[in-house]
Amino acid sequence: MGKFDKKSKGGSPAISTASLPDIVFMLLFFFMVSTTMKEVDTKVYTRLPDATQVKKIENKSLVSYIYIGTPKNTDEFGTTDAIQLNDQIANIGGIQQYVEQERAKRKEKEVKLMTFSLKVDEETKMGIVVDVKEELRKVQALRINYASKKKESK
Amino acid sequence: MARRELQEINAGSMADIAFLLLIFFLVTTTMEVSSGITRMLPPLVPPDAEHPDVKERNVFIILVNKDNQLAIEDKLRDPSEIKQLCMDFFINPYNNEDLSERVLYTEKIEKLKREIIAAEQHENNNDNVKGLNEKLKMYNSVKDAFGNKIARSSGVVSLQNDRGTDYGKYIEVQDQIIAALNELRNKLSNDTWGEDFDDLSLVQQKLVKEVFPFAISEAEPKKFN
Repeated sequence: MGKFDKKSKGGSPAISTASLPDIVFMLLFFFMVSTTMKEVDTKVYTRLPDATQVKKIENKSLVSYIYIGTPKNTDEFGTTDAIQLNDQIANIGGIQQYVEQERAKRKEKEVKLMTFSLKVDEETKMGIVVDVKEELRKVQALRINYASKKKESK
Repeated sequence: MARRELQEINAGSMADIAFLLLIFFLVTTTMEVSSGITRMLPPLVPPDAEHPDVKERNVFIILVNKDNQLAIEDKLRDPSEIKQLCMDFFINPYNNEDLSERVLYTEKIEKLKREIIAAEQHENNNDNVKGLNEKLKMYNSVKDAFGNKIARSSGVVSLQNDRGTDYGKYIEVQDQIIAALNELRNKLSNDTWGEDFDDLSLVQQKLVKEVFPFAISEAEPKKFN
C-alpha cells in the first residue's frame, strides 16, 4: 500500500532526530553541574531528623561536618554510636584536633564564620551529642548546625 | 587513484553516548541539600564565674527524659503543645504572675540612663560607658520603630535533656521552640512593616531580634527520672 511506502512523494518526511543529542546534552550538563560528588564515605548511618524551621546553609565551603550514628561496619566498630570525622571513625578526643585541622584549611578571616554541621542519626542518644558539643565549646567553635530535613509545618 | 568519497560521520550514536553519560550522572547524583537548624553554642564560662540571677518566673523549663517524655513546667505535655506554651510564656498577654516578666523599653531606657551617669562618675572605665551608650542607642531605635508600648520579655527557655534522650526528640523540641520565636518575630514584623521577618532589611531584623532574642538555654544534661 502506498501509505506505508517511505519513498512516496506525498507523505510527511521522517522527524529529524538530529537535535536529540542536543537535548540530551542539555540534560547531561544540568546533571553534571548540579551533581555534588560525595566528599566522604559515611561509615555511620545518619538518618537525619525532620524539622520545620530549617534554613539552607548558604556558604558550603565554610561548613565542616561531624557525623554521629551507628557504624555500618558492626564487626569492626561494634553497634554503639560512633563519631566520624573526615572519613574515619574517631573518638571524642579527636574533635579538637579535627577543628584545628579544618580551621587551618580556611583563610584566617573565614575561621570566625565557620559552621560545624552535626549530621546525627535520629535515634542517637543525646549523651554523645552533648559530649561533642562540649568539645566544640572548648575550642571556641560555637557556630553549629543541626542538619535536618525540611518538613512542612502542619 | 580513485579519490575516496568523503563520507559523512553518522551522528546517530551520539545520542546513545550522551544518554549513557546522562544515566551515569542521574544515578550518581545525590541532590544533597545542606539544611538544618543553625544555633550558637554558649561560650565556655570559667567555673568560678558567678551565675546570673534569674527569677523563677522568667525560666521556662522543658525537660525531656530518657524515654522521650516531655515535661513543661513540671507537667507532662505533648510536643505539639510546646509552641503555643512558649509563645504565651514570652508574650504573657494577661500579665500572669507565673509567666515571664515583660519590661517596657521606656523603663529600660530610663534605667540605662541612670547607669550611664553612675558609670561616668567612675572615669576609669570608659569602655563600659561606651558599651552602655551603644545599648542606649539600640533601645532608642527599638522604641522609635515599635512605639512606646514595646516591651521585652526577660524570659529564658531552659531546655534540659537526659543523656538517654533520642536526638530526634531533642531536635523536635528545639524546632518547636524556634518555631515559636520565629512566629513572634514574624508577627511583630508584620504588624510594623507588613512583611515577614525574612524579608526585612538587616537593620530592621536587628531591631526585631533585639525584642525577641533566641533566649534558649541548654543546661548540661542531668540524670533525672
